[in-house]
Amino acid sequence: MSGRMGTTAGSEGAFIEVDRVEKVFDVRRRKGLLRRERHQVRAVDSISFTVARGEMVGYIGPNGAGKSTTIKMLTGILTPSGGRLRVAGIDPSRERTRLAHRIGVVFGQRTTLWWDLPLIDSYKLMHRMYRIPDARYRENLARLVELLDLGDLLEVPVRQLSLGQRMRGDIAAALLHDPEVLYLDEPTIGLDVVSKTRVREFLRQVNAERDTTVLLTTHDLQDIEQVCSRVMVIDQGRLVYDGALAGLHEVGESERTLVVDLERECPPVEVPAPARVVRVDGPRQWVAFPASEPAAALVTRIAERYPLVDLSVREPDIEAVIAQMYAERAGRAPTRSPQSS
Amino acid sequence: MGSARLYLAVAARGFRRYASYRAATAAGVFTNTVFGLILVYTYLALWDERPDLGGYDQAQAVTYVWLGQCLFAALAIQGGGVEAELMERIRTGEIAVDLYRPADLQLWWLAGDLGRAAFQLLGRGVLPFLVGGLFFPTALPTRFDTWVWFAVALTLAALVSFGIRHLLALSVFWLLDGTGVSQLMMILGVFFSGMVLPLNVFPGGFGEVARALPWAAQLQVPADVLMGETAVAGALAFQAMWAVLLLAAGRLLQAAATRRVVVQGG
Amino acid sequence: MVEGLRAYRMIAGMWVRSGMTYRTSFVFTLFGNLVLTGMDFVGILLMFSQVDSLAGWSLPEVAFLYAASVTSFGLAHLAAGSMPQLGTRIRDGSFDVLLVRPVPVLAQVGGDRFSLRRLGRVVQGGAVLGWALVAADVDWTVAKVLLVPLMVVSGAAIFVALFVAGAAFQIYAQDAAEVQNAFTYGGTTMLQYPPAVFGKELVRGVTFVLPLAFVNWVPAAHVLGRPYPLELPGWAAFASPLVAAACCALAGLAWRTGLRSYRSVGS
Repeated sequence: MSGRMGTTAGSEGAFIEVDRVEKVFDVRRRKGLLRRERHQVRAVDSISFTVARGEMVGYIGPNGAGKSTTIKMLTGILTPSGGRLRVAGIDPSRERTRLAHRIGVVFGQRTTLWWDLPLIDSYKLMHRMYRIPDARYRENLARLVELLDLGDLLEVPVRQLSLGQRMRGDIAAALLHDPEVLYLDEPTIGLDVVSKTRVREFLRQVNAERDTTVLLTTHDLQDIEQVCSRVMVIDQGRLVYDGALAGLHEVGESERTLVVDLERECPPVEVPAPARVVRVDGPRQWVAFPASEPAAALVTRIAERYPLVDLSVREPDIEAVIAQMYAERAGRAPTRSPQSS
Repeated sequence: MGSARLYLAVAARGFRRYASYRAATAAGVFTNTVFGLILVYTYLALWDERPDLGGYDQAQAVTYVWLGQCLFAALAIQGGGVEAELMERIRTGEIAVDLYRPADLQLWWLAGDLGRAAFQLLGRGVLPFLVGGLFFPTALPTRFDTWVWFAVALTLAALVSFGIRHLLALSVFWLLDGTGVSQLMMILGVFFSGMVLPLNVFPGGFGEVARALPWAAQLQVPADVLMGETAVAGALAFQAMWAVLLLAAGRLLQAAATRRVVVQGG
Repeated sequence: MVEGLRAYRMIAGMWVRSGMTYRTSFVFTLFGNLVLTGMDFVGILLMFSQVDSLAGWSLPEVAFLYAASVTSFGLAHLAAGSMPQLGTRIRDGSFDVLLVRPVPVLAQVGGDRFSLRRLGRVVQGGAVLGWALVAADVDWTVAKVLLVPLMVVSGAAIFVALFVAGAAFQIYAQDAAEVQNAFTYGGTTMLQYPPAVFGKELVRGVTFVLPLAFVNWVPAAHVLGRPYPLELPGWAAFASPLVAAACCALAGLAWRTGLRSYRSVGS
């Protein structure tokens, strides 16, 4: 995985600059027969970040957190209510079409292809629309068709494609014109495991070969783990974390689990806090300990005092980490559940 | 009967569903009023030339127009009833689910359609009719029993309308892409219902044939019953005959379609 | 503007090429469209089977009005016939996709599902126009001869403006899309009949407020040598192109406003 760390806001030459951007919606709800209640929803509440060229960034958050709204502002679909937003120095709300030439977008839940036409017709149309030089179009098309295995699908109308096939078609469409940045909004939703792996692999390849910046929103944290070096977490319109994936564990105070198999049934092993035994099942015990601490010390201590037969370390479930983060922000007590198999 | 309650519930659900489309209903009222206006002026000019055209006087012609606009959505004269949904379900294959339901498919859709028709009559059709009556002279009956017969005629018209559209929808089982056929049927339906010109005005043999077709039962016949221009018994019998024929044909076609689905495995 | 036309041509072209793959089916659907849209004229013929004139206008004269109205509408429907479905697109979320492409949105909306089958209406209208021009008793001058194509093309532009305004309307009220029909289909139907048929207020509204009268009524009155129900200057008959240009400009403004609103409010 390539990718450099994000630089602090306001630095020169950042590819994507988001500076205290807000998006406020007026929501009217009908109360009773005639009265209407108006209130404002801050879908995006003063977010700031920058993304350097060639970075692969994940953008995660609960539903309604503002992920899609941010992507829509970056791509020019929505205009911000406040703040400053620039992509490659261009303001998406003012120069939508000029920017469109340089970006590629993949929507997980909608297609960018023409539904009733064969796949190849969509590509031909994009060839003309994006004014791609003929030679480069042929070259890109051939390469993308091979990498994404679209050869047999080119003559098939898009509406007859399976979800996985359509997604691959959408990705090819987004990259046909060699965009400098690729936005993906929930690209792996509904895909089977094999397809997901292929898509992730492909994204890494594209980034490595063409230095394409990638911004990916997703609910599937595996996407983040396998593709991105940096992750931003958004919740209720605010950025609550922006940094390396590894750092997320520290912030989330996540725990790893040491699963020890003893020779015989024993009472819960004594371990120094904050480590603690969370589950006992016959000779097997689960010991939770902070993810930031090395396991070696704990292992040694247990091996010295107890008849240890076998052990394994379970990494923290990142889903649980995130869920915990959301829960903490919502004011609920963080729950520490034993890491199940 | 348990099943009667079931179908009543389906009808009620159809009514409620269409009642929830507030903006669309308002838009429909507006559109029907505008079209009614255009037609009224046209007919007034026509009846100025021939005051006794088609056996109607001017007030009756005007009433005919507003009745047509009133029934346009309720009887789905140009489509827009449950048949659109039914056709979609057949195309996607979801219809297989409906076939496993312990309820009669035809009655199920009929109940839903009647619920829809009831709402569109009361919530959408009545308003242009009232507006029309306010600004133009109409020929509404004063006798109570005429209104009763009119209500019967409307119900029969709704059955005929459903029968036609049900058959049309079922054709998708065999035609697969029904858009061409359904469009043709819709426009013919509009024309032969008498929405463009009362069937009574159609000349000669063409008129006789037109008045014998099932679409005549949708607007022309109820209009004549309302305005007392026809023997009630004969009119209702005509409608009932077509209703029975179309619904029976629908059941036959439905059985054939069901067999086809079962054989193909859904 | 130029960008938009280029994109429109591109998209429409793609749909045409795609539709052409089924040759025989195309002819069939074109014919079907012709018959479908021609039913309105059948209605007029039926009327004239019972009367000799309508508000003093003869069948060829009414046919002339019908043909001009329908040909103009047919051309507009060919050019922009998918715009009335914009509301559905917004509802199912596929409108956003248009904003991500490097071409004007209106061009994409206009070119969507372009189909030559819609020519059926134009062919049928053109045929009736041909007949009416011969059958009607017209005092032809050079100006009148030029006025006919001018009228049809301007009329088409006015209807296109109506479609664009309808598209802008749908950005605000997707569910009330049917309102457009009152103006588009209602308009073309009304224009099939002589202006003398309608109430003074309606004619005034359709001449000065929503200038549909310039699609065919005003120019046709001049060609047929008939008086127009309202007081209009002599050059009004030739004003259709100006009216069309003004309508298109206003419609364009409405669209830009609507699009700006969509990007501010979302869906």
